[in-house]
Amino acid sequence: MSIFANEFMIRAFIGAVVIGLTAPALGIYLVQRRMSLIGDGVGHVALTGVGVGLLLDRSPVLTAVIVSAIGAIAIELIRERGRTSGDVALALLFYGGIAGGVMLVGLSGSRSNANLMTYLFGSLATTSRSDLIVIVVLGAVVLALALGLRPALFAASHDEEYARVSGLPVRALNLLVAVLTAVTVTISMRAVGLLLVSALMVVPVATAQQVARGFVATMGLAMVLGVAAAGSGVWLAWEIDTALGATIVILAIAGFLIVAVAVAATRAVRKRAALRSGRPDRGPGRPVPADAEPHEVVLDRS
Amino acid sequence: MSTPIVEVTSAVVGYDERIVLRDVSLTVQRGDVVAILGANGSGKSTLVRSILRLVPLSAGEITLFGDRKFKRWERIGYVPQRIGAGSGVPATVAEVVGSGLVARRGILRPPRAADRAAVTAALDAVGLADRAADPVASLSGGQQQRTLIARALAGRPELLVLDEPTAGVDATSQAAFAGALGTFVAGGGTVLLVAHELGPLQPLITRCVVVHHGEIAHEGGVPEPAGHHADPGHDHVHPHAHEAQAGMWGA
Repeated sequence: MSIFANEFMIRAFIGAVVIGLTAPALGIYLVQRRMSLIGDGVGHVALTGVGVGLLLDRSPVLTAVIVSAIGAIAIELIRERGRTSGDVALALLFYGGIAGGVMLVGLSGSRSNANLMTYLFGSLATTSRSDLIVIVVLGAVVLALALGLRPALFAASHDEEYARVSGLPVRALNLLVAVLTAVTVTISMRAVGLLLVSALMVVPVATAQQVARGFVATMGLAMVLGVAAAGSGVWLAWEIDTALGATIVILAIAGFLIVAVAVAATRAVRKRAALRSGRPDRGPGRPVPADAEPHEVVLDRS
Repeated sequence: MSTPIVEVTSAVVGYDERIVLRDVSLTVQRGDVVAILGANGSGKSTLVRSILRLVPLSAGEITLFGDRKFKRWERIGYVPQRIGAGSGVPATVAEVVGSGLVARRGILRPPRAADRAAVTAALDAVGLADRAADPVASLSGGQQQRTLIARALAGRPELLVLDEPTAGVDATSQAAFAGALGTFVAGGGTVLLVAHELGPLQPLITRCVVVHHGEIAHEGGVPEPAGHHADPGHDHVHPHAHEAQAGMWGA
């Protein structure tokens, strides 16, 4: 039977592709700020939102957006304030979020663990028509902001202090990224699941940055990879009957490993060729060896 | 006299219990090229960071362009000490320099041809035009520092604030940097820079301010280097251990 004979498969496919496009476009800013795991934390908090929705008999997507946005703002404010105490505060938020979610889902008396599992790990069959509309509309909003505000978001994520001195509303931009993260996590939970959303925000970016030279190039390539993983994931999950979220993430990680091996192999070949011709490997754009730096230079911040 | 570009009046800055700057006053007029010198930990960087509103004042007042609640940040170009090269996401030299234009352009407007021209001009000024498409991480320390100067220059600021721009930078980059700064000053720009030693920048400096233990210990012209420091080609390298003996060219 053809994969697209079922309407729910078409919905799952469209939803996955939208998520595959959106998640890396936003995730690149999280990776750039070294906050790759923040999506995971927001996902934990979103589960409480799902619980609230089921308990109140409202749309879990809506309550999850609200609760995870509040959580994401809290995380951003904690991050802004400092480091050490923030670490523990984040842990409290994460575990509180998932524990609260599991308890509330239980209290709601909704049919069982199976329901909980679809939110945690995603499912092919659960994307309803109204879910799909929410995914497409919110996905378009996130995508438009992530692309449209790229210069400002890039500046604020690349060098926060400089962005502040150049007069950018750094705090507003950071909070915007936090809220967009919450929205992305929530629209992705139906297909990929709350525990795996973060992977789709981070892994395509990690793959792309191995080969891309600039930020825009990384962003574009990550979006292509995200769509490829999501689209082929739907097909594979259908063919071999596996969980959709896990399949998409495994494919994305496989892509990362293939690129990593290919890059390492290319480097090794180039190095050997350079050694044979008796000159150091200094092709354009290849990193200059660290020992070419004056000894006082420290490239990392502090 | 016209409105000073920077006016620091009895500024006090403290972190927790420790006072880093005490009762510092400083005025920078249009066209000045002021070097703030001092040992590590003297408070010279804190002084500049408080001028840029990155560090809150405990007491005193700082006006920028005569404005106590300064908001027009496009008039200032800031060159931090080191690039945030830590981020894993690659960025090209042109992308980093282009981020210096966002504030002036407004965050909602996409870059236009004029912006791209400004990026090219700024890269030309620091001698990195041929590296525009390269990832910043592939550049040497000195080239990365020049990228940051280009980023500040791209926005065509009136005041350039630099934090240790030449620390550990190779000679080629120092010369390229001094050239770019000279052009900026010749065009009527004002410069405030924190330095450990002046090197090729020395001819540009109109005034030196020495910060010592959070206070201004000396303000005036650039003293002539003495002793072996005056030798042409003297390479000023030594461990910075003796803060107590802070001299102009010493620690």
